Amino acid sequence: MSTVLSDATPELAEFRAQTRAWLLANCPASMREPMRSEADICWGGRQFKFTCDDQRLWLQRMAERGWTVPTWPRAYGGGGLSGEEAKVLAQEMRALQCRAPLQSFGIWMLGPALLKFGNEAQMLEHLPRIARGEIRWCQGYSEPNAGSDLASLATRAEDAGDHYIVNGQKIWTSYADKADWIFCLVRTDAAKKHTGISFVLFDMASPGVSTRPIQLISGQSPFCETFFDNVRVDKRNLVGTEGGGWDVAKYLLGHEREMIGSIGDRAAAKPVGQRAVAAIGLDASGRLDDPMLRAQIAEFEADEAAFRLMMERAGDLGRAGQAHPALPSMLKYYGAELNKRRWELMMALGGHDALEWESERSRQGEAARTWLRTKANSIEGGTSEIQLGIIAKRILQLPGA
Amino acid sequence: MALILTEEQAMLRDSARDFLSEQAPVSQLRQLRDSADELGFSRPLWQQFAQMGFTGVLVPEAHGGLGLGQVEAGVLMQQMGRQLCASPLLASGIVGATALLRAGGPAQQAQLLPSIACGQMLATLAIDETAHHRPQQLATVAQAQGASWALDGSKTLVLDGHEADALIVAARDASGEVGLFWVEATGPGVHIERTTMVDAHNAARVQLQGATGHRLGLPGSHAQALQATLDVGRCAVAAELMGVAEEAFERTVHYLQERKQFGKLIGEFQALQHRAAHLYAEIQISQAAVIHAQQALDANRPDASAAVAVAKARAGRTATLAVQEAVQMHGGMGMTDAFEIGFFMKRARVLQALWGDANHHLDAFARMRGY
Repeated sequence: MSTVLSDATPELAEFRAQTRAWLLANCPASMREPMRSEADICWGGRQFKFTCDDQRLWLQRMAERGWTVPTWPRAYGGGGLSGEEAKVLAQEMRALQCRAPLQSFGIWMLGPALLKFGNEAQMLEHLPRIARGEIRWCQGYSEPNAGSDLASLATRAEDAGDHYIVNGQKIWTSYADKADWIFCLVRTDAAKKHTGISFVLFDMASPGVSTRPIQLISGQSPFCETFFDNVRVDKRNLVGTEGGGWDVAKYLLGHEREMIGSIGDRAAAKPVGQRAVAAIGLDASGRLDDPMLRAQIAEFEADEAAFRLMMERAGDLGRAGQAHPALPSMLKYYGAELNKRRWELMMALGGHDALEWESERSRQGEAARTWLRTKANSIEGGTSEIQLGIIAKRILQLPGA
Repeated sequence: MALILTEEQAMLRDSARDFLSEQAPVSQLRQLRDSADELGFSRPLWQQFAQMGFTGVLVPEAHGGLGLGQVEAGVLMQQMGRQLCASPLLASGIVGATALLRAGGPAQQAQLLPSIACGQMLATLAIDETAHHRPQQLATVAQAQGASWALDGSKTLVLDGHEADALIVAARDASGEVGLFWVEATGPGVHIERTTMVDAHNAARVQLQGATGHRLGLPGSHAQALQATLDVGRCAVAAELMGVAEEAFERTVHYLQERKQFGKLIGEFQALQHRAAHLYAEIQISQAAVIHAQQALDANRPDASAAVAVAKARAGRTATLAVQEAVQMHGGMGMTDAFEIGFFMKRARVLQALWGDANHHLDAFARMRGY
């Protein structure tokens, strides 16, 4: 839904006007076209290859203003914007269809965790490099025997004086093979469950780190198995206190859940209804020429519109100090299920054309592969069932099982 | 604009909640139903509404109202939904007043709005004619008779029709244009049959046989004014549905926290936890859609009708799920008339149907989006 926006104060209105003018002057035309696929996302990092000069320029210009991370303090490479200003920036970027200049786990997850739990040296070392897209991060959380029950993780970090020696295995590490550094949960005390976990950072180029991509049902390999064999991690790279890693992890999972919850939104280009019209056509009365699918799409689009408003409202509630701390679980649950519904509908409206796995015509089976990829949305970052359990216990105060 | 209540709106919500739970709890509706009350609502409560200005919530201050917007009207409706409060506020104070504001001429507004604002006069919209909401298919006709009009047709689900002083009738004139006509309820050719409804709230069927009507405003089509009036009504109903959903949900969660079976609180069972958690998500998301629709109407945004369609569709489906889960999770107790939870199911059913159910609004939304 397009909206005519009104600002609460003249200062915000002025900020909106200036922001729009700057975006119009500085966002290259090709960066104002909808992304065609995941391949158009700029992830940054040592290994990243820009798809074009415009993409590099756009990142550079936004990073100079700190607008890759608008609300982070300026001292750490951020834009220093208030929550209201950041909302205006997001609205204006959306109105002008500017692409996100940079997306990364550093922005969504590690950054917020460092801002809350990191020391000054850690923030100065890592945040500006995240903001400029120089270092790409991956998350070392899940293990073969610690999935939904994450706190039972077994990767151990032995105390070796000024450093730890890390041994173990992670799994489902997103883009580990493309990442430069990892933020990782390790066990520093085998006798305690939650309080025996610590949160450490290290370079993926360290001796003893190896990765092995896992091929998924989509045929793609966004996740890896990651192995640590006597990896040395300096103690200055411990975030928070030893044994305090679970608090950092929980805080950061909230951010991950928000990110997965909004995943459909980031990739969204053309509404499902419009795609269906293009693929199927209208009947004589101007309705989609498939009445049952039309009804399902209408239901989906109403839910999608309402969910987008909920995401906005969650931000507003947060700024007003009225958001329940477990609200991200609700957003993650609903957003993941919604994205799965979107891609079931995309397959239905695509018909036979959406079934091709390889070919130029199908952009190498893009629809089918994306459809299959979305099935992970309700598994990664805590399954839908885990989120429902969190809502039941923490928000609804239902008794523990 | 932030999708949350301002401080003033939150204060209004809190005071309305306290006032209604004290002065108009669900037991009041039961009492009205069981005594087959002739009025069908509490006159003293309506007088208190008038003293607090609720009756004129949408009427401009120049005409004796509070001059507030859809967000504030929605705050009141949502709190009334929690108590299933039977009141002509929706029919007269919100929809009747809006019809006059959108379609009435200055003289009509000056003459009629003050008495609606103070609750003395009740005016209600008569739109639906069949078992379904089909505002595009009006069969009621209006024929010019000098300065006034003669109206013929029949209307259903006229809210508070049996105690209204005036009906605002949607009809077509000889040229096929939609008009809104002011009809005195006691005038000749007006036959009003009170219909006892499943939810024990108030409605009527109306027959018009050469009834005298006065056209609101200037000649010309009222189709836009009617659409705008209906959108205000739908948005208010969406808010009431949210109140019904919220209260039914909170009562159910409370029940899950105290009912024991198999030596356990039933809220410990994961099957019920997950259903309750899913319902929580639906309620939160619908609430976002409803406050957005209220703000969109207040700001006269071009997409306000789409926002209302989403809000009414979502609120209707969410409340339906909430009351169904409520009755199921209350088990046998939920099926008894002695327990109040069934009243919520009944009210949700009526509000779902009122001025277009979820299917109606999803269809409209699809059309607005070009399919």
